[in-house]
Amino acid sequence: MQAQANIIAQWHDVCHVDDLVTNSGVCALIGDVQVAIFSVQLDGEENLYAISNWDPIGEANVMSRGIVGTLTDKIVVASPLYKEHYDLATGTCLERDDISVNTYPVRVEHERVLIEL
Amino acid sequence: MNISSRQQRIVIIGNGMVGHHFVEQLINSEHNCHITVLSGESRLAYDRVYLSSYFSGKTAADLALTDEQTYQDWGVNAVTNAWVTDIDRDKQVVTTQSGETYEYDTLVLATGSYPFVPPIPGNDQEHCLVYRTIEDLEAISASAAQSKVGVVVGGGLLGLEAANALKQAGLDTHVVEFAPQLMAVQLDPMGGELLKDKIEALGVQVHTQKATECIEAGETCRYRMKFADGSHLETDLVLFSAGIRPSDQLARQFGLVIGERGGIVIDNQCKTSDKNVYAIGECALWDKKIYGLVAPGYAMARAAVADIIGDEGEFAGFDMSTKLKLMGVEVGSIGDAHGRTPGALSYTYHNQPEGVYKKLVVDANKSLVLGAVLIGDTSDYDTLLQYALNSIALPDSPESLILPSAGEKPLLGADALGDTATICSCHNVSKGDIVGAIDGGCCSVGDVKSSTKAATGCGGCAALLKNVVDSELEKRGVEVSKAICEHFNYSRQELYHLIKVGKIQSFEELLEKHGKGLGCDICKPAAASIFASVWNDYILAKQHQPLQDTNDTYLGNMQKDGTYSIVPRVAGGEITPDKLILLGDVAKRYNLYTKITGGQRIDLFGARVDQLPAIWEELVAGGFETGHAYAKALRTVKSCVGSTWCRYGVQDSVGQAIDLENRYKGLRAPHKIKFAVSGCTRECAEAQGKDIGVIATENGWNLYVCGNGGMKPRHADLFATDLDDATLVKYIDRVLMFYVKTADRLQRTSVWMENLEGGLEYLKSVVIDDSLGICDELETQMQHIADSYQCEWKTTVESPEALKRFRQFVNSDESDSNIQFVSEREQIRPATKAEKFSAGKAIPVELV
Repeated sequence: MQAQANIIAQWHDVCHVDDLVTNSGVCALIGDVQVAIFSVQLDGEENLYAISNWDPIGEANVMSRGIVGTLTDKIVVASPLYKEHYDLATGTCLERDDISVNTYPVRVEHERVLIEL
Repeated sequence: MNISSRQQRIVIIGNGMVGHHFVEQLINSEHNCHITVLSGESRLAYDRVYLSSYFSGKTAADLALTDEQTYQDWGVNAVTNAWVTDIDRDKQVVTTQSGETYEYDTLVLATGSYPFVPPIPGNDQEHCLVYRTIEDLEAISASAAQSKVGVVVGGGLLGLEAANALKQAGLDTHVVEFAPQLMAVQLDPMGGELLKDKIEALGVQVHTQKATECIEAGETCRYRMKFADGSHLETDLVLFSAGIRPSDQLARQFGLVIGERGGIVIDNQCKTSDKNVYAIGECALWDKKIYGLVAPGYAMARAAVADIIGDEGEFAGFDMSTKLKLMGVEVGSIGDAHGRTPGALSYTYHNQPEGVYKKLVVDANKSLVLGAVLIGDTSDYDTLLQYALNSIALPDSPESLILPSAGEKPLLGADALGDTATICSCHNVSKGDIVGAIDGGCCSVGDVKSSTKAATGCGGCAALLKNVVDSELEKRGVEVSKAICEHFNYSRQELYHLIKVGKIQSFEELLEKHGKGLGCDICKPAAASIFASVWNDYILAKQHQPLQDTNDTYLGNMQKDGTYSIVPRVAGGEITPDKLILLGDVAKRYNLYTKITGGQRIDLFGARVDQLPAIWEELVAGGFETGHAYAKALRTVKSCVGSTWCRYGVQDSVGQAIDLENRYKGLRAPHKIKFAVSGCTRECAEAQGKDIGVIATENGWNLYVCGNGGMKPRHADLFATDLDDATLVKYIDRVLMFYVKTADRLQRTSVWMENLEGGLEYLKSVVIDDSLGICDELETQMQHIADSYQCEWKTTVESPEALKRFRQFVNSDESDSNIQFVSEREQIRPATKAEKFSAGKAIPVELV
């Protein structure tokens, strides 16, 4: 269930960078919003992405458990339920142009992972 | 019966293979008619070609070609035990023994033939039998149970089949043949001699040039057969298989024209002397010939159907070339095997040490193949047959076609064939039909097979079919990419090889050396599976874990609401009361939905990801191991209760199933693998629908491979018989590892087999004869997997680092509020969307 935050966006400290899993996802709970955070290693650097954990097609909170990878030039996660691919940068579903998921700004400060919501 | 007066009424007398084929063809033609089938037997059509498989465990039901339901669905009125006693050709009515009458516009006689029993005094005694129907087999089986020695009279193709049946029934078996050689119709004397040697080496004694004078009481056995040359042979059972005679009594009685030596005379449309009556199959006489094989019978059925529906098509004789395995001996005969055509020349190749004999008969100009004989090696059969059937011009040195190749053998190119060339003679598929199918959108051998039925009969044309399809696709500029995904330009088999030979241990290394990009949800799990098959590390090790599908990552099966199901291993389906209690206790405390699976295990549903470790800690402590239900790996070995308890069981199927499950548990493969072990031929464990099926026999185990239930069921192939435990395991090791090594990603063994060039025979040559010289490697690899087995859940619950993955949230101990259950039939089930919104109905998730 996607309860959209109606408060003014602010940065939330969610976890230590060691809680992330390289080339995979974890999930954080901010208020009642579930955020899937992916750490993707590209050219030796860790790039972080945050999207909604809600799979709008499978209708379950599972996106953080999908496999990450690339399709042509896009960095994507595949839904673990029905395998649709979502662009981690924009949240758009590659198979269905009428479907997308929320994305959230994410950054690291003093080894802490921050999400803006 | 209310039949529209416009519909043509077609009555078919006889429901053997040919009669049934006629019905099938008529139904496929969608001709507007009403069909009545009158079968004199108590059952509908069954497969007589594989009759001897009745002795290796097949049942009457396995042999059935149709059933009442199918005929009903087709709108065919099929009547069994309907022995026809009268045909009134003027009124066009047939009458059966019970007095029922059937009017017809068109009558089809498919009455078949009966076995010829030579007029030998004493041939009518008990235990003097014939080999034709399932009832005959039952009689043979009953007689064999009280006999030690059995004699088959007749050394033709059918006689040798019958001898095989007696041998399988455990009798000391002899073949008595009047002619100086075996299979005198199909083979030349040299070929017959070699076949005799080979069959004798298999323990069947062959007596040629023996004319039986009488069968009288024996001294050491039940009977003594006395021969014209003064010698004799003692036996308990005599089985006559000395040829067939057409069943033409009805036609005779009611005035149709009959040949001098029997058989209902037909023309090229299969019409008899009455224009409303057709005759097809072994009762019919075409050009003074009776065709005693099923394929020409089918061709007659097709010609008759074509004539009835007003299509073109005729029966113009039939090529009687044949390729078969007699007791494991490969035998092939093409066209003029004896070289009787005036001016015919021949080439022969005889390799005595290896027991191979090949003869090629060509015309006087050495430009056409007229015939051939192949014993011990029929690999050249398909090519030679194509040369013969399609009058393809021979190369300069015709002998090169039968000489052992030094890799130089000229392959018959698909382009050498004309559009009318027959590729599949079982289903009468021409090259033109295949080209048409490709034009119609087929783009693989599999597509063409299902569209045209080519290569789905005896399968002998499979290699040629592939040639034609490949060549046609190539002409159309289709390049079939084998690349697994955009990151690797390799097939799964190639990746397996690269990983194994290159000793590659991680996905990063694989990507760096052979791929591009970051990988994806196709190549990552495929690579993870190969790493597991080759190295068998812990799958949640840091370098492997991000590659796994969610099911493997969390060692459970994700359900639609994001919860997981738990299936502990219950090897062979055997479980103690204490373990049952533990499962019930855990399920009750964690409020899990429980269901018995099809693989004789218990599935616990509704566990949240954060509950999995605690649940498994309890299960592991209670002696359970992971069941790999979440993995592309060995799942279960199903078993029946076997000889320990069952009145019919002949071996301990449960013990065998447990041993097999424990040997192969943890083996990761291109797809899931299921086994079953049955304790007798009743087959209660349904082993013939499994990837690996094992069925107990009196003497050991029969091994079946590459079966499947599910979406596209496939009956498993009988791979080897009467194996001891060690050989059984050896063969399974090799078959499975060869599958793991060569299959495509997510390819079940059934599809793998369908696509394996050379099919079952090839697999046998690799596994049994070690034709590729890789059996040692395959066994070593499997032993490594078995030796390095670990229960992934035990390793996981003991590793704090691994357990971190099982948190729902990295920053909170709360659970997923979307996971809600309601109660149904006294258990939980996921709440529907509507139920989640209607407050109060859903059960809040209990935190344990």
